[in-house]
Order: sequence, then C-alpha cells, then structure tokens
Amino acid sequence: MTTLPNTEQVWEALARIPDPEIPVINVVEMGIVRDVQIEGPRAIISMTPTFSGCPALHLIREQLEATARSLGFAEVEVKTVLSPPWSTDWITPEAKERLRQYGIAPPKPRAGQEGVLIQLEAAPTRCPRCGSLNTSVKNTFGPTLCKAIHVCNNCKEPFESFKTV
Amino acid sequence: MNAQVKNALVAKLTALADDEVILAQRNSEWTGHGPILEEDIALANIVQDELGHATLWYGLRQALDGSDPDQLAFFRDAYEYRNCELVELPKGDWAFTMLRQFLFDLYESLWLEAAQHSTYKPLAEAVQKIVREERFHLQHTSAWVERLGLGTEESNRRLQQALDMQWGYAQQLFVPIPGEELLVAEGIVPDLSPLRERWLELATRHLQNAGLKLPINPGYQPTSRAYHTEHLWSILAEMQSTARWDAEAKVW
Repeated sequence: MTTLPNTEQVWEALARIPDPEIPVINVVEMGIVRDVQIEGPRAIISMTPTFSGCPALHLIREQLEATARSLGFAEVEVKTVLSPPWSTDWITPEAKERLRQYGIAPPKPRAGQEGVLIQLEAAPTRCPRCGSLNTSVKNTFGPTLCKAIHVCNNCKEPFESFKTV
Repeated sequence: MNAQVKNALVAKLTALADDEVILAQRNSEWTGHGPILEEDIALANIVQDELGHATLWYGLRQALDGSDPDQLAFFRDAYEYRNCELVELPKGDWAFTMLRQFLFDLYESLWLEAAQHSTYKPLAEAVQKIVREERFHLQHTSAWVERLGLGTEESNRRLQQALDMQWGYAQQLFVPIPGEELLVAEGIVPDLSPLRERWLELATRHLQNAGLKLPINPGYQPTSRAYHTEHLWSILAEMQSTARWDAEAKVW
C-alpha cells in the first residue's frame, strides 16, 4: 500500500502547474489555488477564477484534478470559490518579477480602486524592457482578458501589462 | 427561502444571464470584422467577459433548481428566453454596436454596484467578482460614444440614428420581471426605479456632452421580457446549431 502525500506535498505538486496563458508563473503563485484539504483517499482543492470568462479556467481545473490523481488520490474534487474575489495583489512578488522579465508589465497595487467604476490610469505603466515611464496605452483589452497593450515611447517597443483587478 | 421567492430569483437570474448571452452572441459577429484590429480584440474581450458573467448567473440558478447551464443556453427556444429586446437587435454599424454596449454597460455597472450588498450571499459574491471586470467595459464604450459623437459629421449622424432607435428599447432594462418586488423586499436584488433615475442622469449627461440629442419621441417601448423581436429566432438558430447537431460537442 502506498502512502498518500500530505497537504504540503499536494501544494508543492500543484505549484508545478504553469498558468496555461502565462507559462512563466504557476497556478499557486497566481493565487488561483485557494485551499487543499485531504480527507482519507479524497483530495478537495478549492480554486478561484481570475477573470470569470477566462478560457484557461477549464484547463486549469482539469490539470488540478489530474495532478491530484497522479499523486494517488482516488477521489478528487475541484471546487470553485468566488469569495473573496481574486485580486492581482495575490500574485507573489517573485511571480510579478518573472512577469516583468517575460515582457509583461506586472499589475500595480490595487489600493484605492475599490468601488471606483471608471478609473483612468493614475500612474503610467513602466516599460518592462527599459524601465521608462514614458509609455502610452494602445488598447485596454489585450490578447487575453487579463492583459492590456501599451507602447514604450522611449525604446519604441510594444508591450503587454497585466491589468490590476 | 420560500418557494415564491425562489421562483422569482430563478426567473431573475435567467433574465440576467440571457441578456449577457444574447449580447455576447451579437457582438461576436464583429470578430474578424472589426474596424481596426485593436477594436476587434477589445470587443472579443468584452464578449468573453459577458459569457463569463452569464456562466456565473446560470451557475447561481443551477444551485437553486438543478438546471444545466448548457441546456439553458443551447436547447431553449426563443419564447423561453428572457433577455431584453435591446440586445437581440441586429448589430448594425459600429456606432450602433458601441452605443448599445454603452447603454447596457452603464445599466450593468449601476446594477452591480447596488447589488453588492445583496442579502443572498451567493449573489453578492458573484457580483463582487463581476463588478471588477465590468468597469473596463464602461470605460471603453463611454470613450467610443464620445469619440463618435464628437468625431465627424457622419459619425455623429450614425450615432444619433442609433440613439433614436435604441433609446426606447433601453428602457426595458428597468422593467421588473414578474415577482421581482418579492426579491427587492427581501433585499436580494436592488430596486430598479432609483437605478433608472441614476442611469437617465448619467446617460443623458454623457450623451449630451458627446453632442447628441435625446429623442423627444422615445420610439418603441418594450414591456415584458416574454416578448421578442423576430431577430431572436435567427440569432439562436445560429448560436445553437452546433449543439443541436451534436449534443456531445465539448468546449475544447
């Protein structure tokens, strides 16, 4: 009889699942995995959606389930929780730095945005390549729901930013 | 929750979800046909968000009555849909599409803002999720209304035509569904009348600042969400065709 892994080992295994759309960060440091519970042969994983219409959610859900099964759990339940709503503040500082190195300007701290329906960008987004603040927004909607498109007026390169939510 | 309140809540969630599904389907007709690449991308993003929100609303309904969201979207006939008529009107030109999305986004933003403190916890939680995504929409579409309204003579004329056509239809967003007063009394959903006043005030100000005139004659004013234009039949025929050909078809 094989021994099942403990909660910590499950967390470690889940932290090896890359985000399907941004493979330099994993689903744990994204803040998507909220809780892991083990009840005998059963693993219960709680996840929270980043953007509710994100097409990667199906894949993430399947990968969480497959990973827990590969660890030996006979029964795996992946629950979706909405509260508290996911925030980009939950992305770890290390993951934010990796986003920047990957060419995506990381999200800003969310402070002061609560309850504001229309928010114009208060501070310019820093270019992830050259660090210049002389940048302009080209499209508030990018190739995925979580990103916007900018151009750097200094190094002339276009870049994406992770929206602050 | 007693049976009457539960039935009313199921009906309200259906109306909320149906609005998003039909509007998303209409706007998705622009995918690959947008006026510029960035706008094609932006509208596709908005569509994806609206579908995500519909999934949450149908999901809340599922928790109450066990209904299957896919069945509701792909196997109901037009007469069972409870979307407002505004969202089923053909997509028209870019001005028509942007104005409709603006009128809807403003309503949705105000509704969500008021629904954040719903006494029904699952609804409050879904709203707190959706409201964060919605603010990007209103920001985008209100900018488009301004741009087209103050742009050229032609863009202003087209936007004005869209407004003359849509203004009456948009009022249906504030017509309660049967039984909605029960939900309001329980604090589950916000009362639509104060929201309508706020919407009128904000919409009027923004549209006038964009050089538009509010129609004196509001045109057709829809009443019950049980009625639809003939356009809903054709949009559903297209939207549901794959699922009805192959009920086992999956998302991936």
